[in-house]
Amino acid sequence: MKNHTIIFDNPVSISATTTIAGPKEGEGPLHKYFHNIIKDDLLGQKSYELAEIKMHIYAIRNLLNNAHLTQEDIDCIFSGDLLDEIIGSNYTMREYDIPFFGLYNACATFGEALIMGATMISNGVMERVICSTTSHFSTAERQYRNPLELGSQRPPVAQWTVTGAGCSLLSSKENSKIKITSATIGRVVDYGVTDANNMGSAMAPAAMDTIITHLKDTNRDLDYYDLILTGDLGQAGVRMLTKLMKEKNYDLNITNYDDCGVLIFNTEFQKTEQGGSGAACSNLVFNSYIYKQLKLGKLKKVLLVPTGALVSKISSLQGESIPAIAHAIAIEVM
Amino acid sequence: MKLDDKGKKAYLKMVKDEMPPTKHLATMSKAFILGGTICCIGQAISDLLHLAMPTLSEKDIGSYTILIIIAITGLLTGIGVYDKIGNWGGAGSIVPITGFANSIVSSSIERKREGVILGLCSNMFSVAGPVIVIGITSSVIVGLIYWIIGLFA
Amino acid sequence: MSSILTYLQVFVVGALICTFGQVLINFTKLTTARILVIFLLIGVFLEAIGVFDIIKEFGKAGATIPIVGFGSTLAKGAIEGVKERGLIGAIVGGVEASGAGLGGAIVIGFVVSLFSKSKTK
Repeated sequence: MKNHTIIFDNPVSISATTTIAGPKEGEGPLHKYFHNIIKDDLLGQKSYELAEIKMHIYAIRNLLNNAHLTQEDIDCIFSGDLLDEIIGSNYTMREYDIPFFGLYNACATFGEALIMGATMISNGVMERVICSTTSHFSTAERQYRNPLELGSQRPPVAQWTVTGAGCSLLSSKENSKIKITSATIGRVVDYGVTDANNMGSAMAPAAMDTIITHLKDTNRDLDYYDLILTGDLGQAGVRMLTKLMKEKNYDLNITNYDDCGVLIFNTEFQKTEQGGSGAACSNLVFNSYIYKQLKLGKLKKVLLVPTGALVSKISSLQGESIPAIAHAIAIEVM
Repeated sequence: MKLDDKGKKAYLKMVKDEMPPTKHLATMSKAFILGGTICCIGQAISDLLHLAMPTLSEKDIGSYTILIIIAITGLLTGIGVYDKIGNWGGAGSIVPITGFANSIVSSSIERKREGVILGLCSNMFSVAGPVIVIGITSSVIVGLIYWIIGLFA
Repeated sequence: MSSILTYLQVFVVGALICTFGQVLINFTKLTTARILVIFLLIGVFLEAIGVFDIIKEFGKAGATIPIVGFGSTLAKGAIEGVKERGLIGAIVGGVEASGAGLGGAIVIGFVVSLFSKSKTK
């Protein structure tokens, strides 16, 4: 490991991916890339939490079917979500017999899962690993914000939690051209943002810190990558990151920079203010759209930077500011 | 990694400059229209009650009007329409007593899945609780002040 | 039935009070709960200093329907309670006067939510 970055001597194949997107996401710009779109985000369940669990169970099952594998073939699953005590993932894994590591890094959890999974495989500890995350608008809203039927206006800086589940299969047995070559583990960064509605601005400093650390550790420049993709900074967060990077003499405008939160919704028509967020946001966009572009060779070197705001209901109310974290994963076609 | 206070201040200023502007004219006009309309509906209800039951006192008409408005709000919240009205009209839906009623009904509906007693009932006042507490406390203080003044008059 | 002019007065007073609320939402980061409390206290205060009656005279429902009206009902109840019953009226009066709003909200809230479910956004 060099400083904060792991450079994988054996780059790890991302052999298969799958996504299940919610109805709103299914009406967004990326709808034709999602593997499945659900029409009813309650999925016939008694609660939205149960619906989120059901989505997660289906996603894992779909991935196994697509890869022609059974759960016995999988050494471990790394997954997480936004629910208290990550009960979503816990109850999902009750339906499977796969060894399980539950993770929580808010919306950066997917990044955490990819890094841990890749490390296990690259070092030969494991051969096949699943990395998955879920989130659901209705479960996040009732947990962190307001009752769904409350007639309040969403502030212009708000983001829309993505409803969906996604999985990636990392494997040393099923080879793929698309490989994880290095990863930078983020550290917690707090620039003093207290507005719980303004996640993008809270997370931008963490994204900046991790991206710059990654570039320094790997001795690369911004233009090494075809695409730098942050998780869910949203439109205003994207502007904040560009400004912050410029202050450190990195010009994001010279490279292809985008954000999963901005990509997943048509913010004007779908009225999602700043764009999407949530543990499934970077997962859905990467495992569908980006993976396809990598497969087609349209993208060859992507730096995926899932970002997470590490806030709880109580920390906000107690006047604490919002710390954030971002992980960077370099995925290259080899 | 934490920034020092000076750094935080500088960053927060940067954030403020970059944030999307609030559409003042649009939001204020909508609040104006919705607020005025709701109050007119209330007036109409009072007038109709006065016609239908001329023997009712002013006070009772007022009470019935409030009850009817709360019931309508409850219904609209229950069928999932009120939140759309609120999203459109902002303060125009929050400031009238409809806002209070909507917050009570929406909070209870939200937690019904956790059971009637521990879910629905426990959470009924999660948004509106301060209104009850501060409302009653402040009225008691006012009453006390008047009582004390009365002692000296 | 009240005259058109009366309805105009109702509309303007109610609309102005709500617009003031929107100003608060736009320029500060106040949430729903805090807005409700601020307007409630304004109503209590205006009633306590005897000014609310004038506004009510002119604005009618435009003054009583907003939550400021609820605040004034509470305060008025406490003041009259003290006049009629002395010290105990301070506590009893406010709660009694606002009974319709409070009791009604609880009962209606309970009954409606028994039969409703929160919807997908």
